Parts: sequence; C-alpha cells; structure tokens
Amino acid sequence: MNTVKQKDLILYSGLIILGLAAPFLFSAFKVQLTYLCVLIVLAMTWNLQGGEMGYNSFGNILFYGLGMYLTASVQVGMFFPLAEWTESGGEKTFVHTTAQYFQGIGVGLLVAAIVPTIVAGAIGYAILGLRGHYFAICTLGLGIAAGEIAGGIEIIGAGQGFTTPPFPSEIVDPEARGQFFYFLSFLVLVLAFVFVKYIYGSRFRLILNAIRDNEDKAEAMGIQTMKYKIVGWMCSAFFCGLAGGIMGGLIGYIDSTDVAFDGREMGVFMVLMAILGGKGTLWGPIIGATLFHFFKEGLWTFILGWQYVALGVLIVVIVVYFPEGLMGWLREKYPDRFGEVIDEKDRKAQVEIK
Amino acid sequence: MDLLIFQAPILMVQASLDGILLGILFALIAYGMALQWGVMNIINIAQGDLVILGGYIAYTMYLVGIHPAWGVIVSPIIMYFVGWALYKLVINKVVDRDLFISILATFGIAIVFQQLMNFVFGADVVVAQSEYGTTMLFDNSVTLPNSKIFAAFISVIYAIGLVIYMRRSRLGRAIRATAQNARAAKILGVDTEKVYAATFGINAALCGIAGALISITLTLHPYVGLPYTVRSFMIVIVAGLGNLPAVALSGMGLGLFEEFADYILGTEFRIGAVFMLLVFILVYRRFKLSKKREYLK
Repeated sequence: MNTVKQKDLILYSGLIILGLAAPFLFSAFKVQLTYLCVLIVLAMTWNLQGGEMGYNSFGNILFYGLGMYLTASVQVGMFFPLAEWTESGGEKTFVHTTAQYFQGIGVGLLVAAIVPTIVAGAIGYAILGLRGHYFAICTLGLGIAAGEIAGGIEIIGAGQGFTTPPFPSEIVDPEARGQFFYFLSFLVLVLAFVFVKYIYGSRFRLILNAIRDNEDKAEAMGIQTMKYKIVGWMCSAFFCGLAGGIMGGLIGYIDSTDVAFDGREMGVFMVLMAILGGKGTLWGPIIGATLFHFFKEGLWTFILGWQYVALGVLIVVIVVYFPEGLMGWLREKYPDRFGEVIDEKDRKAQVEIK
Repeated sequence: MDLLIFQAPILMVQASLDGILLGILFALIAYGMALQWGVMNIINIAQGDLVILGGYIAYTMYLVGIHPAWGVIVSPIIMYFVGWALYKLVINKVVDRDLFISILATFGIAIVFQQLMNFVFGADVVVAQSEYGTTMLFDNSVTLPNSKIFAAFISVIYAIGLVIYMRRSRLGRAIRATAQNARAAKILGVDTEKVYAATFGINAALCGIAGALISITLTLHPYVGLPYTVRSFMIVIVAGLGNLPAVALSGMGLGLFEEFADYILGTEFRIGAVFMLLVFILVYRRFKLSKKREYLK
C-alpha cells in the first residue's frame, strides 16, 4: 500500500513540476497550454455529471459563457460605465491601470464561479427532473437559447461583441500576459483535479454512480437523488464558470455565439473529450482532452477549412466505434492494471460466499 | 409601442396567417422525425440539416434555370438516396444503442453537412425566387406571399399521400409492424434492415420536400439547420409519435407562437424564443408528470 502512495506522490509532483515549468520550456505555446488546461477542466467537470451521474448535458456551455460575460462585465463595470465601454467597441476610451485590471479580474472570476453555480442550483430542480435524451436536448436548447438571447442584449455588446479589458500596458514584459493566464488556468486545473479526486474517493461519487445505474432504485434505497443531482451539476457549473472567465480574458473578445455560448465548438468538445478518454474515470477526461488538443492543433493547420468536416467525422467515429473511450478499452484489454480495484477483503468475502 | 397597438388587429391577422402557413411546413418536418423516432428509436439532430440540404437542391435548380417549385419533386428523390446512404454508413450502427449515442452521432453528421454545404454553396443567405407574387387581403393591409400558400398546399398533399401510403402499401405495413415490435416483425419475415433504411430514406425525402418549399418561402443558410431540428423535436414531444392531426395542430401552434414572438420580442430574439419554448415545454411536462411520480420516457 505504501509503495502505491509513493508512486502517486512521485507522479503528482512530477506533473506539477512539469506544469509549472511548461510555459518556460515551451515558451511559444503558452496560449495552447492555457487552452489545454481549460479543456481538461471542462472535460473533467463534464465527466462529473455526464460520466458519473449519467446526465449527458450539452448545456454546460451555458455556465462557461455566463462566466465569460460575467468576468468581463465585472472587470469593466467595477471601474467604468459598462454601457459606454461596449458602445465604444474596440476603441479604448477607458484604460485600466495595472491594479485595477488585476482587482477586476480577481473579483470577476469570483463572481463568474459563484453566479453560474447559483444558476445551476436554481434551474437544476426543473431541468434535472428530465432524464436521458430529454435532458440532453433540453440542455442543448438552453445553451443555444442563452447564446441567442445574449446576442440581443445591448449592454453586453449584443451582436457586435464585447472587447474585454486589454492586459495593462504598464507591464512591458511581453511574456507576462501569456504567463499570467497560463498560471491562472493551471491553478484552476489543479483545484479542479484535487476536487474531482476528492469526490472520487467519497461517498458522493457512489451516490452519483447509483443515480447513473438506476435512479429509481437509488431513490428506493433512500437517497434523495434530486439533491445530489443538483449538487453534482453545481460542481460542474462552478468550474465551467471559472474556465469561461479565464478564456474570456485570454481571447480578449467575446462574441455571443462564436466565443461565449459556443455550442458548436466548446460545447461539443467537452463531451467529446470525456468520451474519447473514457466516461466515468478520473484520468479518462484528462487523457482525452490532451489527445484531442494535440490532434486538433496538429491537424487543424493542415486541413484548413476542412476542420469542421474532420470534427464531425471524428465525432461520428468516436461515438459509433469507440463509445467506451480509451480508458474503457484499456480496462477491457488489461483488466489487471486498469480494472476496478477490488479490495482484498471483498474478494475473500466473495470467495467464501462461493 | 403606440404603433403596435394601433396596428394590432392587422398585425394579428398577418401574424396568424403567416404562422399557420409556416406551421404546416414545420409539421411536415416533424412528421418525418416522428416516423423515424417511432420506428427506429433515434433522435436525428441532423434533421434540420437534411432540410437545408433539400432546400439547396431546389436552389441549385433555380440557379441552372429550372423553376424551383419543381424541387418538391426532384429534391425528395435525391434526398431519399442521401438518407438511405446515411443509414447504411452510420445510422445502422446506432439503431439499437443508447439514445444519447444517436444524438451525438447525428450531431457529428450535422456538423459535416453544415460545413460541406458551406463549401459548396457559400455562407451567404440565399433564396430561390418563385415569382408567384403576393395576395393582398383586407384592402392591401395584409400581404400573403403566394409561395407560402403553395408551400402549405404541397405539404398537405404530401402528408396525405404519405398517410395513405403507410396504410395501404406493403412497405408501409412493414414499417408500422416494425414500429410496433421489431423482433416480432423480424420473426414474421419482415426485413427490418430494409425497413429501417426505407424509413430513414422517407424521413430524408420529407425533409427534402420541406427544404424545397423553404427555399422559395423563407431563406437558406448553411448553419440554420438546428432550429428546424428543435422545432420538429418540440412538435413531436407535444403531439406524440404517429398522431398526424396532433402533429399538424401543434405545428401550426408553433408557427403562431413564432410569428407573435417575432412581432412582440423582435426578430433578434426569434430563435432564442424557439429554444426557450423547448425548455419550457420540457419542464412543464416534467412537472406535470412528476405529480404522478413519472418522468418523460
């Protein structure tokens, strides 16, 4: 037992050192690495309710977009009138000082984490009463409706988009912006990982699994399924909001349907990455997101213009031929190494029963 | 706002007529979705994109100089084979699986279709001119494009034709038998594989007709497929599977809702209103059923 713990410790510290050193080692790819961190966070938290709870949502993009708009709005609104900012569009009539920028983004991210969580809790009771494909379609509708509605609201830029505050020009180091966003996203990634890892070892995960496997029976066993479903969705919403806030700052421009409530890209990506890696596993979404990101970045530039066709074909191929994902495949192939760990005590008990 | 109240009666008539005519068109698409949902237990997210593809077939005919109204005959024939090929390539592998898998797989198909249409026809909003003129009613205060009346008329004819076909023909009977119990149908000698392929083909053909009609009444754009999918999904869950009068009625209801949402909220919120209506309908049904301790199945 002790050796396993030690192995884990080495693995985690190695990964953290790699994560901390990455922006210096691969200095040219900082933006890509930030993307990767955000994608992993999205996949991991989608997996929490898609894979573990069995509620396949297409609508987590709602919280992502909400977080993006909230962060930017708070960051601007704390110091300047929001309406005038969006009206002036790209022309900067107001300039954030360094302190204002960081204060703004800090408070903004806090709001971006809390508000989507509350929204998830508020709509959870109504939406999570739907099951299976009705839930999937309903959340798909929610995500797209949010994009369409955000595209009609004047104060956040409506159809012409919302320019987020530029990185303060007083910091002259050209590397600083990329590093700032990378470490921010890395911090969120570590937070998300610790949180998900904690959940994987807890009773909460068993309850979520019970809901996935048979909700009626879980309810009959005395589990208040609705409560746990809502909490599960709120966990996802929390991290989706944070991820959205960071991406808004990184991209620097928010469009209602192409950046924020981007169901056609991000909304599908998070589902796809979790499935590619293997739903319902801790490492699956992480591996899936990494593979997907490398595949995407490697291929996108070679097949410029055809990337959506490739994406569509990829979705079909993964879903039709590979629905168990990488971890599922490994589990089947090498059950000794990757299978469900059964305690020695349990195994002995089972043998005795036989 | 004053203007709206002043003109309200006329707007009401205008919106109602527009809505009903449009709703009949939606009902045709929804009928296709109900058919393949009922028979194959698949939710096809690419439904709307099949519609748009059918529309582009009619538009291509318009470009080469044939009147686009002939699209209502040519487009379903081509789309039948598109649907058939789609079934053989992808759909037959997801028929007996989890519904979520069919949703994701058809979502992937939808993305491919959108992008391919974008390559071939460009990202511009296009419309095929039918030059049918407009009918003026009530002292020219209500204008009704003849193409919309034509579209509704053709939809009704095709729908009635399909109902008769399903009742009378051998294939129609095989389809209905498969919908009731696929395994029993198989035992009694129905080639279910063929039936599934035909069902998906008929669904695509219906989409083709609707698309051709949309190309002359509304506008076409590669990326507007999803709202049509959601509309037909909505109509199906309100009307139930295989209840044609209810499908027609709820189609018209949806058309009315949309036209009024367009006038009251503004055109920019039209699609948003459609998607919000979907959420509201689902949530309403969920609360209604949860009183009986049931859920939507």
